[in-house]
Amino acid sequence: MAPEPPLLSMSGITKSFPGVRALDGVDLDVQAGEVHCLLGQNGAGKSTLIKVLAGAHQPDTGTIHWRGEAVTLRSPIAAMRLGIATIYQELDLVEHLSVAENVHLGHEPTAAGFVVRGKSARASTAGLLKRLGHPEIDPARLVGELSAAQQQIVSMARALSHDVRLIVMDEPSAALDPDEVDNLFRIVGDLTAAGVAVVYISHRLEEIRRIGDRVTVLKDGRAVAGGLPAKTTPTREVVALMTGRNVEYVFPERPVKDAAATGEPLLEVRGLARDGEFEPLDLAVRPGEIVGLAGLVGSGRSEILETIYGARKPTAGQVLVDGRALRPGSVRAAVRAGLGLAPEERKAQALLMLESVTRNVSVSSMSRFSRGGWIDRAAELRAARAATRELSLRPDNPSAPVRTLSGGNQQKAVLARWLLRGCRVLLLDEPTRGVDVGARAELYAVVRRLADEGLAVLLVSSEVPEVLGLADRVLVLREGRVVHTAPARELDEHRVLDLVMEGSPAS
Amino acid sequence: MTQHASPPRDSTGKVPSAGAPPVWRGLMARADVRTLSLLGVLAALIVIGGITKPEEFLDTRNLQLVLTQASVIGVVTVGMTFVIISGGIDLSVGAIVALASVWATTVATQEYGFAGILFTAVVVGVGCGLVNGMLIAYGAMVPFIATLAMLASARGLALQITDGKTQIVTIPSVLDLGERDAYVLGIPPLVMVFAVVTVIGWLVLNRTTFGRRTVAVGGNAEAARLAGIDVRRQRLYLYLLSGLCCGIAAFLLIILSGSGQNTNGNLYELDAIAAAIIGGTLLTGGRGTIVGSVLGVLIFTTITNIFALNNLQSDVQQIAKGAIIVAAVLVQRRTASTT
Repeated sequence: MAPEPPLLSMSGITKSFPGVRALDGVDLDVQAGEVHCLLGQNGAGKSTLIKVLAGAHQPDTGTIHWRGEAVTLRSPIAAMRLGIATIYQELDLVEHLSVAENVHLGHEPTAAGFVVRGKSARASTAGLLKRLGHPEIDPARLVGELSAAQQQIVSMARALSHDVRLIVMDEPSAALDPDEVDNLFRIVGDLTAAGVAVVYISHRLEEIRRIGDRVTVLKDGRAVAGGLPAKTTPTREVVALMTGRNVEYVFPERPVKDAAATGEPLLEVRGLARDGEFEPLDLAVRPGEIVGLAGLVGSGRSEILETIYGARKPTAGQVLVDGRALRPGSVRAAVRAGLGLAPEERKAQALLMLESVTRNVSVSSMSRFSRGGWIDRAAELRAARAATRELSLRPDNPSAPVRTLSGGNQQKAVLARWLLRGCRVLLLDEPTRGVDVGARAELYAVVRRLADEGLAVLLVSSEVPEVLGLADRVLVLREGRVVHTAPARELDEHRVLDLVMEGSPAS
Repeated sequence: MTQHASPPRDSTGKVPSAGAPPVWRGLMARADVRTLSLLGVLAALIVIGGITKPEEFLDTRNLQLVLTQASVIGVVTVGMTFVIISGGIDLSVGAIVALASVWATTVATQEYGFAGILFTAVVVGVGCGLVNGMLIAYGAMVPFIATLAMLASARGLALQITDGKTQIVTIPSVLDLGERDAYVLGIPPLVMVFAVVTVIGWLVLNRTTFGRRTVAVGGNAEAARLAGIDVRRQRLYLYLLSGLCCGIAAFLLIILSGSGQNTNGNLYELDAIAAAIIGGTLLTGGRGTIVGSVLGVLIFTTITNIFALNNLQSDVQQIAKGAIIVAAVLVQRRTASTT
C-alpha cells in the first residue's frame, strides 16, 4: 500500500507572546485512526499548540498540512469546517442552554432558515449521546445541571455533531472517576476504530500506556521527542524527557560550608495542611539555605507555597518566621514578617502589566519612600533603580513598561520588588517558567547570591535538574505528601524520578 | 516638587523637550496624545461656539455659567474616576447627591446655618459611600449591584424626606456664595471648589500611596493582594471618596439652586461615567487620569451650552453626546493599540 500522507502534519510552528516564546519550531504528525498523546509540564507549550490547531491562535511561522494539503486555520470555525474539534479542559458550554442546544450551537437544524427545529435537534442529540454510551442524559436538560463528567460527554457530542476527523482532548480525565475514565477510553477506542484521530493530552502516564499509540513530548516550547511508541517507551525515559534538561545549565557553586548545619531556621512550617491539597508538612529553611520542593503536577507544590505565604488558608498547622507564628491566611502578615512570593503565574499574580518597572518594583514598599502617604518619587526611583541594577535587569530603564520586558527580566522585576522590601524569606514558584533557556543561568546565579546574602529560599520547580542543581536540600513530594528528604548532593535525577513516580499506578 | 536628575518620562516613555522650565516640563511630560486631542476637541467647540453665537457664547457671564455648571458634575466625576480606575463603578452618585442635598436643606438642618448644611451634605455623602464600600469590599458584592441598590434606596429616601417638595434655603451666607458679589477675579466660588478638588484629586492619584494602590487594585487585584496591599480596605476607601465628592457636589448644588430637591443629580452617574471614559479612563480599571475626566466634563458642558444658545433641544444634545462617547472610545482603542 502506498504511504498515505498523515492526516495532520504541523511543522516548524513558532508562536511568541510578549516576553516569551511559547512554541519554538514544533513538529507534530497525526495519522488517521491513531491516539497521539501530547505530554509536557505546565507551560511546556501544549495549550498553545492545541490552540493553534483549533484556529484560536495564529502561528508566527510554520506550516500546517491537512490530508496532504497546506491549510491556514484562520479561526475556530475554519478548523471546525475541516473536521478538527477541540474539547478544552474548561469546557466551553453555555450553562443556561439545554444539552441539545449546546450540541447544535452555531449549526442548529432549522426550518425556513431560522426557525430552530428543537425536536430534530433533540433527536439527533439523543443519538449522539447513545453512541457515547450515555443514553441517560436528557437532551432537554440544562447543561448547568449536569455533572462535570456528563458535561464532558456533551462536549464530545458537540464535536461528533460535526463531521469530525480529528478530536483534541485536553486532559479529559482530570475531572473523571475511574469508571468514567473507562467509558472515556471506550469512546476513544470507538472513534479511532472509525478512523477518527485523537490528540490526547494528559499528565497521567498510565493512561497514555493504555490508550496511546504514539507520544510527542513538549518542553520549553519544543518537541523534545516526536512520535515515540506509547506502549513500549520506558516510563523513566518519558518522564526524563518531560522534566530533564535539554541544555546543560550552569548552576552556581554551593557555599563550601554546609549552610544547613548552621543557624536557627528563619522559616519554619509545622504541620501545615490543606484538606484535599496536601498533607501535614514540616519544613525549616535557615538563612543562606535554598530548599527545593520536587514533584510532578498535582503533587501540591504550588499550593504549599501559596499557603505558607497566606494566600490560601491552611486547615491545620502554622508558619513561623524567626520563631514567631504568622496569622494564618494573611498575605499582609506574611509580607510584614519578611516573606516574598514570586508566583508561578507572573503576569496574572505578580505584575501590574500596564505599569512601569519602577512602579512594579516599589509597590510592596511604598511606605519606605512616602511620608503621610506622600510619595517621594525621586527616592522611589533611586531605590527601584538600585534594586533592578543589583539584579542586572535589562533594559536599564526604570520607566520601561514591564510588559515589554522578557520573561527573565519580568522575573527579575518581581525579585527586585522583594529585594527592595527587605524580604528575608523568598518563595519561588517555578522561577524559570517562561524564561528563555539562555537567561536561566543568570537567574540561578541571582537566587544563589541572594541566599549567600542571608535569605532563606524555598524553591518549587517541575524541573528536577533545576531543583537538584540549585537547592541545598530537597523535599520530594508525591500527591501532597513528602516522601523523601535529602541533601541535594546525595540525590540524582533518576533517584528523584523514581521517588516522584513510586507507588503511582504507572509502576 | 522634586527635581529630577534625569528627564522625567511619562508612562509611554517619551522624554519631554529639555530647556523648558521645570513646571512646564512636568506638565508636558504628562500631556500625552490623548490629553492633547481632548484639548483640541474643547478648543474646536469654543471656536464653534464663538462662530455660531459670537456675542452670547464668549460673554464673560456665559463662560462663568458654563464653568459653574461643570463644577457640580465635575466634582462627582473626580470621585468616579478613582472608582473606575480601581476597576469598580458607582451608579449611586446622582442619588447620593439628591439625598445629601435634601437632607442638608431640611428645616431642622437649616437651623444650624451654613456649617450645618455643609456638614450634613458631606456626612450624608460619606455615609452612603460607607454603605457602598462595606457591601462591596467586605460583603463581596459586585459594585454594579451594590451601587444600583444604593441608587434606588437613596432616591427613595430623598423623596420621603421632601415629599416631593422643593426645600428653599433661607441661609443668606449660603445663598451669597452663588451671587456675583462673591466672585473673586471673576471666578465663581463654585468653580474654585471644583478647581481645588481637581488639583487635590490629581495629587492624590499621582503623588500618593493611595493613588498607587488604586491603580494597582484596578490593574491586577490578585497581584496587588499578593504584593501585600490590603485590597478590601482600599476598595472601601474608594467608595468613601466617591461619597465625599457627592456630598461636596450636593453642597455646590444647594448654593447654585438655592434649594434642595429629590430630583437633583438626575443621571449624574451616566454623565460622570461618560466624562471619565472619554477622558481615557479604562472601564476595566488600571488606567485613567483626572485631567482627562475634567476635560470630558468641560466638553460635555460646553456642548450643552452651545446647543442651548443655538436653540437646539435636549434631544439633539443627547444624540451628540452618544456620538461623542462612541467616537472617543474608538479613537482611544486605536491609540492604545499603537502604544
